[in-house]
Amino acid sequence: MVIFLWIIQVFFISGLSPLGVGFVRKLKAKFQNRQGASIFQPYKDLWKLFHKDEIISTDASWIFTYTPIIIFATTFFVGASVPLFASFFGSTLASDMLVIIYTLAIGTFFLTLAGIDVGSAFGGFGSSREMTISALAEGGLLFVLLSAALRSNSTNLFTIATAEPFMHADTFLPTILAFFGFFIVLLAETARFPFDNPATHLELTMIHEAMILEYSGKKLALMEWASASKLLIFASLGVNLFFPWGMANSTQPSIILLSGIIFVVKILVVYTAVAVLESSIAKFRYFRLPDLLMVAFVLGGIGIALLI
Amino acid sequence: MIDAIVLSSGFIVLVSCFVIGAIGAVLLRKHDALANIWSSFLAIVGSLCGILFSFLALGFSQVTSFTLGSFISPLVSISFTIDKLSVFFIFVISLVALFCSLYGIGYVKHFYKKYSIGALGFFYNLFIVGMLLVVTASNGLFFLIAWEIMSVASYFLVIYDRNDQKNVKAGFLYLVMTHIGTAFIILAFLLLYKFTGSFDFNSIRLGSALIPAYIKDIVFVLAMIGFGTKAGIIPLHIWLPVAHPAAPSHVSGLMSGVMIKTGVYMMIRIFVDILQPVPVWWGLVILVVGSVSALLGVLYALAERDIKQLLAYSSIENIGIILLGVGSSLAFLSLGMPTFALIGLVAALFHTLNHAVFKSILFLSAGSVINQTHTGNMEEHGGLIRHMPQTAFFFLMGSMAISALPPFNGFFSEWLIFQTLFKGMMEINFSAKWIFMASAGALAFTGGLALACFIKAFGSIFLARPRGSKARQAKESSYSLRMGMGGLAAGALLLGIFSANVMSILDRVVRDLSVFQLTPSFISVSPSQSLSSENISLVSAPVLFVSFIVTFIGILLATKYGVYKNQKVHLGTTWDCGTDLTPGMEITPTGLTRSIVTVFKGVLKPSIQHEIEYHDAESRYLPKSRTVILTLDDMYQVYLYIPLRNFITALSERAKEIQSGNINVYIMYIFIALLSSLFLLR
Repeated sequence: MVIFLWIIQVFFISGLSPLGVGFVRKLKAKFQNRQGASIFQPYKDLWKLFHKDEIISTDASWIFTYTPIIIFATTFFVGASVPLFASFFGSTLASDMLVIIYTLAIGTFFLTLAGIDVGSAFGGFGSSREMTISALAEGGLLFVLLSAALRSNSTNLFTIATAEPFMHADTFLPTILAFFGFFIVLLAETARFPFDNPATHLELTMIHEAMILEYSGKKLALMEWASASKLLIFASLGVNLFFPWGMANSTQPSIILLSGIIFVVKILVVYTAVAVLESSIAKFRYFRLPDLLMVAFVLGGIGIALLI
Repeated sequence: MIDAIVLSSGFIVLVSCFVIGAIGAVLLRKHDALANIWSSFLAIVGSLCGILFSFLALGFSQVTSFTLGSFISPLVSISFTIDKLSVFFIFVISLVALFCSLYGIGYVKHFYKKYSIGALGFFYNLFIVGMLLVVTASNGLFFLIAWEIMSVASYFLVIYDRNDQKNVKAGFLYLVMTHIGTAFIILAFLLLYKFTGSFDFNSIRLGSALIPAYIKDIVFVLAMIGFGTKAGIIPLHIWLPVAHPAAPSHVSGLMSGVMIKTGVYMMIRIFVDILQPVPVWWGLVILVVGSVSALLGVLYALAERDIKQLLAYSSIENIGIILLGVGSSLAFLSLGMPTFALIGLVAALFHTLNHAVFKSILFLSAGSVINQTHTGNMEEHGGLIRHMPQTAFFFLMGSMAISALPPFNGFFSEWLIFQTLFKGMMEINFSAKWIFMASAGALAFTGGLALACFIKAFGSIFLARPRGSKARQAKESSYSLRMGMGGLAAGALLLGIFSANVMSILDRVVRDLSVFQLTPSFISVSPSQSLSSENISLVSAPVLFVSFIVTFIGILLATKYGVYKNQKVHLGTTWDCGTDLTPGMEITPTGLTRSIVTVFKGVLKPSIQHEIEYHDAESRYLPKSRTVILTLDDMYQVYLYIPLRNFITALSERAKEIQSGNINVYIMYIFIALLSSLFLLR
């Protein structure tokens, strides 16, 4: 039973992340009065991409070749070590807050390098924009997670996620503020509105899509998959660190099932919020994005200030 | 007793290796190759001795002091104290010197017939001797002599490539700034002497209770300015980004990796070791200084176009990070929380070691790039990963380490510094915690910006297509250069994987200091190499490393053989929108970070200047040439150094007024001076 749960914990993020993307797309389609593709469409896309031949630029170096694998590996690793629905995986030695932040930074590091590598004008600018946004987002991400960490006196994600429910008078406000900060960082890190438009290939505005423009076949599949996983990782972090309810603490099947359902519902709320946001607001002008990220940082700071 | 004899004789052997190397280089100066091999070989032997010596000395339990006699006056005694802190710094110096010397054997070749290799070998070895003496000297005046040997030797190394006027100017600025710093240090020592009656560090420590509090504060400010100049804290850093790039690359590696750390060493020695107990605001001031240096240092690094200047600014950033550790340690000590102070100082020392390792990799690989392309301007690099694959790989490892990406060493020291700052936020009950919070915020932003900075450095030097003609003809560097870089790169990875062991050794080093003697050790290395700080957090470097590798290989094999095994890979050109893609269309280093510079325009003050020359000045329709000059205003010159210079000039103008040129007036001055001194000294 425990081994079975371990397998679920390890493969959950990577396995279900395309479904999440499909859900957001379906919801957006509904908002636009379209029927939309099936929510399983991202799996079909990945399957198709995995069975295509590839074309690689003559300018590409090994950085370009191995980046998709490195990025997918980082999301897989992080996905396996974030808290999902059960708390008894806490003994894992990789679930430190800073480890997660900086492991995801490895992905950003190689993604931007791959964008520069092929020497196209698009890739370079995508990298430049991504670099700016993620550099500024890192401070915010650390501060909002830190305010969650201070609540439970630990930077281990599982300890934070199993801390007592937050509905105290003195922890309620900081948690809510920090969560709003976290949500801004989530949108920035996962290339969503108002930072980036995941559905466009307009060269003036694209960020994430610009960097992966030269990829095709299996490599593109890994890139798309990793990006979907990143969204699910951030969503799980958000719901479990700031709203730590319903983590299973025993291996009893009924409890596991219940907490699994609670977890999925919480995740769906976040995804719905993303979809609603994308259907209702426009992309921000690029130089207004730093202000937004500063807001996240300040919200985290206020959260910390209220706690210490 | 035997320990003491072994240690003192070991240290003398160690220093004499470098001295023989220096003298031999001068004697062999007629033969370039011979002088090079002699000086590098002895430096390598000396460094190996140093590493061996440090391992030996760490095993001994007691502090070793010995005196070799005194000269000029009994106040200047050549005395050494080798405690574990000194041993740690000897280790850092030897480790970096070992690989820099190895690199030097091949690197120096391009100076043959151009400059005297004997002189280079002489000053190179002397420079290392100076640093070794600085970290072991235990007499204030002898320390100043060692400090001066180190500074002057490095000055001659900075101006070694003297045909370039820029280097000579850089050397001059360095010489002036370093001596302004030394002046402050001398003042600090004189004040300590006045109240304790001794220049000997041990006597000062014993007599530190005699020093009034306000004198201690003055000593703190003086020492902060003096040693801060050497460490390169902002705003005293102005010499660093010009002097470090001017020196030959293996010397830049030593200067950035080790020399600036001697400033940190002396801060620890004086503030943490000698002058205890100290008021809490000292630590807080160091925290603020560290945060400012870290943030501004990385911002200036981002805006840089020259690779070695970028690295020099990044050294300022890392000194800032180290000072965050030192400052929080000092604050915790004053607040009576020695356990946390211990963590802070261990973090600072660990980052010192790590920065020494990865900054030297970066300087060495930058040197090997410059050797091939003959320019440090990143605008003219590009695409070098195809021509210099190994250099590129080492630079990538260095970049990942300095950007604090796990499982490299930089991550673990920054992790520990973060933990220290978090502790400060949680445990301190008064307004000082806000400073800890601000420092944590500064460090978080620094981390993100450093990542961007090294994406820029690696991306624009090694990726895309070559932008300059020299970059197209670059070839991989010779064996000795690659050995130097590779050894350090392996070191960066190993220090990361075995970070728990390294920290437990550093824990012993710090607990050797008298203030920490009774503090329990905070680190216990479990079989899984996990590392915990005061139960707040747990991380295990080997587990991280192994799971990274396993995940990577698993995914590599799964995508390669798991699905669609017969996939065909075609080669094509990059998508070019139907035009021919030229190197001018890819992103340049300036373009890559221009948006970050624009975001921080309030701090960086970028200026843009357009110049257009027209074919016909009358009609102004057809431009002949367009120039755009992008620069950053030098705030420190404008707001600090130029006003200071004007003030001093104005003061001198005033002083000139008493110089009338009339001999009678001068006699009157002498008379007045005589009378007043008689009156004062009666």
